[in-house]
Amino acid sequence: MSAGQEDALVQARGIHLSFGQTPALRGADIAVRAGEILAVMGPSGSGKSTLLHCLAGILVPEAGEIHFAGRRLDTLSEGERSTLRRDRFGFVFQFGQLVPELTAEENVALPLLLKGVRRGEAVARAGEWFERLELDGLHKRRSGELSGGQAQRVALGRALVARPEVLFADEPTGSLDSLTGERVMELLSTAAREHGTTVVLVTHEPRVAAYADREVIVRDGKVTSLSHDRVVV
Amino acid sequence: MTVPITLLGLLEREPSHGYDLKRDYDAFFGRGKPLPFGQVYATLGRLARDGKVAAGEPEPGAGPERKRYVITEQGVTEVAAWLAEPVEPEPHLQTVLFAKVVLALMTDRPAETYLDTQRAAHLQRMREFTELKRTGNTVDALLADHGLFHLEADLRWIDVTAARLDALAKAVRS
Repeated sequence: MSAGQEDALVQARGIHLSFGQTPALRGADIAVRAGEILAVMGPSGSGKSTLLHCLAGILVPEAGEIHFAGRRLDTLSEGERSTLRRDRFGFVFQFGQLVPELTAEENVALPLLLKGVRRGEAVARAGEWFERLELDGLHKRRSGELSGGQAQRVALGRALVARPEVLFADEPTGSLDSLTGERVMELLSTAAREHGTTVVLVTHEPRVAAYADREVIVRDGKVTSLSHDRVVV
Repeated sequence: MTVPITLLGLLEREPSHGYDLKRDYDAFFGRGKPLPFGQVYATLGRLARDGKVAAGEPEPGAGPERKRYVITEQGVTEVAAWLAEPVEPEPHLQTVLFAKVVLALMTDRPAETYLDTQRAAHLQRMREFTELKRTGNTVDALLADHGLFHLEADLRWIDVTAARLDALAKAVRS
């Protein structure tokens, strides 16, 4: 059974969005169940990243509706969406996009600091992620002193430290070699399953999508569901 | 997996009984499809007939099939030659899929839907292999990787074909 409307945590209904004269989404529908890892696949330029940005409240569709936890998201003000993103969502992008002036530890602590958690506690909670993400001893490094795989794991820690309800990951392994990318996906999927975090994972790589519970494909701005529930082997 | 040459290769390590060969075959190459004892002994019999192994005398008190087998020089040569020969690349699945796609287009059936169905089946199998990698040992993980890379190659072909369906439709309907 694919995610139905009644049990969806994140949902888009008939959304349209164009960039200038170019339509990116043309009536896209998608429903993401709480706690599932959903891979959004599709060719380059199909609209999959735009869809993720709409679901995450970064972009607002021109038509259609976005719902999160039963609440209309696309009609919220920019400020309200910003608060929602900060408090309930986590993000990982293709390139870690760490703040270069901050240490790895401070980068991971950032979402907590932005939420008003005291610095000492934020850094302590950030530190807990270092062992788990195999980043021991790298707390004080800055982004320029980290390998691509290390930087992406720091970005993953930053995305998960505040225990978001939804993790939006846009090509999180796109800049990594195959083995490093798989390690990042292993850590991401394990952490998400442990915490019950819902994950929307945009990827064009089947090996990355294989860590998800199910996948949809975006084609010409519309979404096609491919498979049913994960089969435990 | 070619059973005779694999058993021969296992025998090159050390002289072994049929039981030991079956155990090691199942552990490394069986992957859920154990080798029947009958096939083990029939294969060893043929290898002995062809001079690639030599069977020892039945060992006392151990039943009629309790023989120790030793690889011969001819057997070693065959193993060496087999290892050095590259494996035939196998584009079989692609051929089947290609035939399905072409026939679907020729008969005005939904080729894209068929490709999506195949894509889902491939991804499901990739999930199973990924799970095996997460939970299995090194041997499991390497075999799973082999499967994953092959499935990934098929998926790339499916993607390319899906992107060119219009052109292919024109070609096969003209």
